[in-house]
This record gives sequence, structure tokens and C-alpha cells, in this order.
Amino acid sequence: MNVIETSGLGKRYRSTWALSECTLAVPAGHVAALVGPNGAGKTTLLNLSVGLAMPTAGVVTVLGGTPAGSPAALDGIAFVAQDTPLYKNLSVADMMHLTRNLNRHFDQAYALARLGELGIPLRRRAGKLSGGQQAQLALTLALARRPRLLVLDEPLANLDPLARHDFMATVMATVADEGVSVVLSSHVLAELERVADYLILMSGGRVRVADEVDHLLSTHRILTGPAAEAGRPAGLTVVHERRAEAQAHLLVRTADPADPVPPGWEAHPVSLEELVLAYLREPGAAALPGPARVRNAQPTEVTR
Amino acid sequence: MTAMATPAQPGQDRTLRPIPWSKLAWVSWRHYRIALIGAVVFLGVLAAYLVAMGLRIHSAYAYTLSCHPANSQVCSDATSLFQNAYFLTGEVSAALLLAVPVLVGVFAGAPILARELDSGTSRFAWTQGAGRVRWTIARLALPAVTLTAAAAAFSQLFDWFYRPFFVSGMDSRLAAQFFNLTGIDFAAWTLAAFAIGTVAGVLIRRPVPAMAVSMAVWAGLMLATVLYLRRHYLAPLLDKGTGSANQSGWVLSQWWTGPNGKTVPFGTLMGLIRGAPKGPTKQVGPNSFQTVIDPFRWLAQHGYTEWTSYQPASRYWPFQFIEGGWLLVLSLLLIAATIWLVRRRAA
Repeated sequence: MNVIETSGLGKRYRSTWALSECTLAVPAGHVAALVGPNGAGKTTLLNLSVGLAMPTAGVVTVLGGTPAGSPAALDGIAFVAQDTPLYKNLSVADMMHLTRNLNRHFDQAYALARLGELGIPLRRRAGKLSGGQQAQLALTLALARRPRLLVLDEPLANLDPLARHDFMATVMATVADEGVSVVLSSHVLAELERVADYLILMSGGRVRVADEVDHLLSTHRILTGPAAEAGRPAGLTVVHERRAEAQAHLLVRTADPADPVPPGWEAHPVSLEELVLAYLREPGAAALPGPARVRNAQPTEVTR
Repeated sequence: MTAMATPAQPGQDRTLRPIPWSKLAWVSWRHYRIALIGAVVFLGVLAAYLVAMGLRIHSAYAYTLSCHPANSQVCSDATSLFQNAYFLTGEVSAALLLAVPVLVGVFAGAPILARELDSGTSRFAWTQGAGRVRWTIARLALPAVTLTAAAAAFSQLFDWFYRPFFVSGMDSRLAAQFFNLTGIDFAAWTLAAFAIGTVAGVLIRRPVPAMAVSMAVWAGLMLATVLYLRRHYLAPLLDKGTGSANQSGWVLSQWWTGPNGKTVPFGTLMGLIRGAPKGPTKQVGPNSFQTVIDPFRWLAQHGYTEWTSYQPASRYWPFQFIEGGWLLVLSLLLIAATIWLVRRRAA
């Protein structure tokens, strides 16, 4: 099952396309990181997925083919928007009561237990909580709905390092306990590198890369060789090329991790950050055929 | 993570029961608690003033009625005292109360969605299981019904407050400001102000500009209705001769026609009256008066006719229902438009 699946999805605001030609399939059971610079179209993609915005072109379905924004989709997805909007003048208890009344499922016991652990007073107004507490409250309310998919838009942007750590710890604990799928966006990869096992890389309103992190790392490598070497090694797709005085560093993509290293070149594994930066620096680099591969890989998904 | 591999069950999804209205009503109520208390206090203060003032007006009027004999000096003094003391108070109160529907409606209506969109809480509210359409209906229905009912009750109170001036014939319920404050009109204009506010709120997306715009739109609609529209609800009646019989109604226009049946301009009439023969000189004690003939009678005798176009007082309720009806339809259309805009609007 794909928690988010798009086909030719596009969104235009006045004359600018915030998102275009987006074909993507995010399989269930992952913590998927949606990464890209500001203005890459991350929020637009998430808004379309949770039904807050209507596509200008294409289709988006969620939770295995349910149209985004339909009652079933709203029921199964919990969304924490950017800057974690809460009713600032309502108390924590009222926010909880309100969320319970707006949803079919609400695990009050879970919410109370979590707020207790976090030391968030129920009688305090949401607006009087610290930024980290507000984010935790929004996350707790979202998780208490027992969603099948949790969507977080820039959840860490305004948090200090400790709050970021606590927030992600909550997310990861839920993933481990409940098996909920997560899609979260950020313009800083470093925050997500440790937690995400699926990467969606966006820039300029387009999806550049969408694949499992393990697969990305095993199919990309850095080749180091003499800069004088005329041309590029044959049979390899070069994503990004950097030439120093004597040496050339090539980030290449191989179809098969077992492919031999071309003679005269030395191979090194690539880190996720290097890979992301390389793709962002080369907007022309062909995007991976992520969605197709994901569809083929579906049987293996079941065994996870 | 095996649980996540189970495929979605669309069949099960289709039977999702909607969130009950009672739960949504609680949400709505929780958001309005403060505003509603504010509105109740505001209307309560006004109502207390109307009751206190109304009791004094009623007792003063009761005294003029019970005064006996009615044509005595004492009684006519009491009547003019009643008129002098309370008429202005009543008129000023009425003029001030005219602003209540727009204030209440706009302050309640415009911020509902504008504040959600402005602060971003719509992104929270519209992604909950209830869905944004049911949420919006609940958010709008509660204040719409409450405000309309409160306005209806309030206009009944005003009607009681002002009744001595109506029954004594000093004012007509058909006069513009009293027509707006009595019957069902007051409630209808309150609901209209609320509905205009909600549409402005969802279009403008910021509370203060939305309130300003809806106030201007409401005032424009009100002026257009009072000045141009209302007089045409039913074809006005035409009265030949002096129109004094229709003082309890609403006189739209008066004009004179000459012996040839053509309309005579007012200036020409004045000239005719000035040129009319004077009556005989009358001696009263040491003073002499030049008596003046009745100019209206003189004009009538010379083939001039006065015409009055008017709406009779008996049309008060038909007019109330016509105006209340179209305002109700307009308000419902505007609220439906608001829901439609919420449905298709990106957050």
C-alpha cells in the first residue's frame, strides 16, 4: 500500500507552479523525509496530500487509493501543519476535548498519559506554552487520533535542539509501537538523517529523488580518479562532478551495486548528505525512477 | 510494522459515520463562549436601559390617557410634558439602536473564518476527521441562530418601549427607522450582517479588514433598501385631495396638478398663493389682523388638485414579510456561498 501516491500532480498559485509533474509513491511503513530548499514545493505537496489544497493538475490519493481530502482520508491521516497552529486562547484540556469532538477516534488515555509525561499542565492556555510544548501538544493531539499516516510539515523548524530531540523521540516511539507511517518535511536534512528510511528530494517544484535510503546509498558511490582522465567512465550515470587540481570526484549512480569500478578509478561510499547536496546542485540530473521501482518492490514491503 | 502492510479497505471507509452534530456544536460553543458572553452583556445593558426608560414612558403615557377631563388645561399640559420629555429620548434611542444589527452581526460574523485563516488554525480544523464542511456549518449555525433569535427578542422589547408613540400616532411603524427596529426586520438585518461578515471573512481572510468591508456593504444595502427599494414592495396608493388622512402611513411624494391636469411646480404654486386675495381685516380689541384665506381651499376652488402617493399603515406586515423574506433568502445564499468557498478554498 502507498500512503501517498500522486500522478502528474501540479499546483499553480496565480502564475507560478508551486508543484508540477509530480509522480510519486510513498510506500507504507516508512518514515519518509521530504527534503528540499525553501520554496521547493514541500508544503504544497503535503497540503495536497492532506486535502487542504486542490490540485490544479493530476491526482493525489492516500492510504491505498483513497482520494485526498475525502472523509476516509481525513479520518486516517493526522496532520501537524507548519508552526503547529493551535487555538492559543484555549486551554490544553480544551484543545484535547475539541480534537476529541472533531474526530471518530481519540485515545484520551494516551493523550493524558503523554501530556503528563511531558509535564504539560492541562489548565494552561495553549498560547502560554513554550514552543517545544506547543509542538508536543500538537503532536500528541495528532497521535491520539490513532492515524494510519502522520504528516508533519516542518515540525522542527522553530524548536531548540533539545525540543527537536524530544519531538523526534515521540515520533519514533510511535512508529515502533503502532507501525504508523510518517511523512515529514524539512529544509534541513541533518535533522532527519538518523530517523528517515525513505527520502523524497524536491527542488523547484519538482520531485528529484524518491527512494528508500538504503537503496539510494547502495546504488550511489563516489569515484575518485585523475582529473586528466579524458571524458567520464563509460556505462555510469554521473550525477555530480567536482574537479580539483589533480583529482576528479564523481558522484555516480549504478544500476547494480555489484558493478565493477572502472579501471583507474577508486570507489567510496556516499553519505546521505553528500547525495542530497549533489542532487540539489544539479537540478538537471535525471530523477530516479522511484515510483516505478517502488511499485515493483511492493511484495517485499509486505515482508517487512 | 506488519500492521501497516494490510491493504486499505475502501468498503469499510465508505460506511464512515459522520461526526455527530452534538459534538460539533460543543466545538462551536467552546469557541464562542467569550464572544457570546460579551454579546449578552452588551445586549443586556441595552435591554435594561430600554426597560427602565420604557417603564417611565409607559407610566407617563398612562397618566395622559387617564387624565380627566381630556380637554382640560391640566391634561393638555400633561400631554405636552409627555411629548417633550420622552419623544426625543425615544427618537435618539431608536437612532442608536439602528446600529446594533451591523455591530453584532459584523463582530460575530466576519472574524469566524477570517481569524482561522489568518492565524492558520484552519489548517488544524480542516484536517480533522469531521471535515471542513460540517465544521463550517456548525461554526456558522450556532451564532446565526442565536443572534437572530436574540435580535427578534430585542425588537419585541423595542416595540414595547416605543408603543406609546405608535399608539398616540406620533410616529408610524412604517417610518424607516421604526420599520427597521420592529417586527421581523431587525432580526433579518442582523442575520444579513452576520452572513455578509462570514463571506467577507472567507474572501478577505483577515478579521479587521473583513469587518470594515462588511460594515460598508451592510450600510450600503441598508441605505439602498430604505431610500430606493422598500417603497416599491407594493404599488403605492394614490390619494386625491388633502392627504391628511394618511398620516399614519408612509407618504412617498406629494404634488399638485393644475386645471389642465398637468403637474404644477412648487414655485408656481407659491406665486399663485401670494397673488390670492386677502381676507377681510378683523378687529380684536386694540389689534387688527389681516385674515388669510386657506390657501389649500383657495387652490382647490380654482381647479388645482393635490395628489399624495403613499403606503398605508395597514401594509406594515406585508412589507415586513417581503423585506424579512428577501433578507432571509439573501442571508442563506451568502452563508451557502461561504460554505462553498470553504469547500474549494485552499487553506
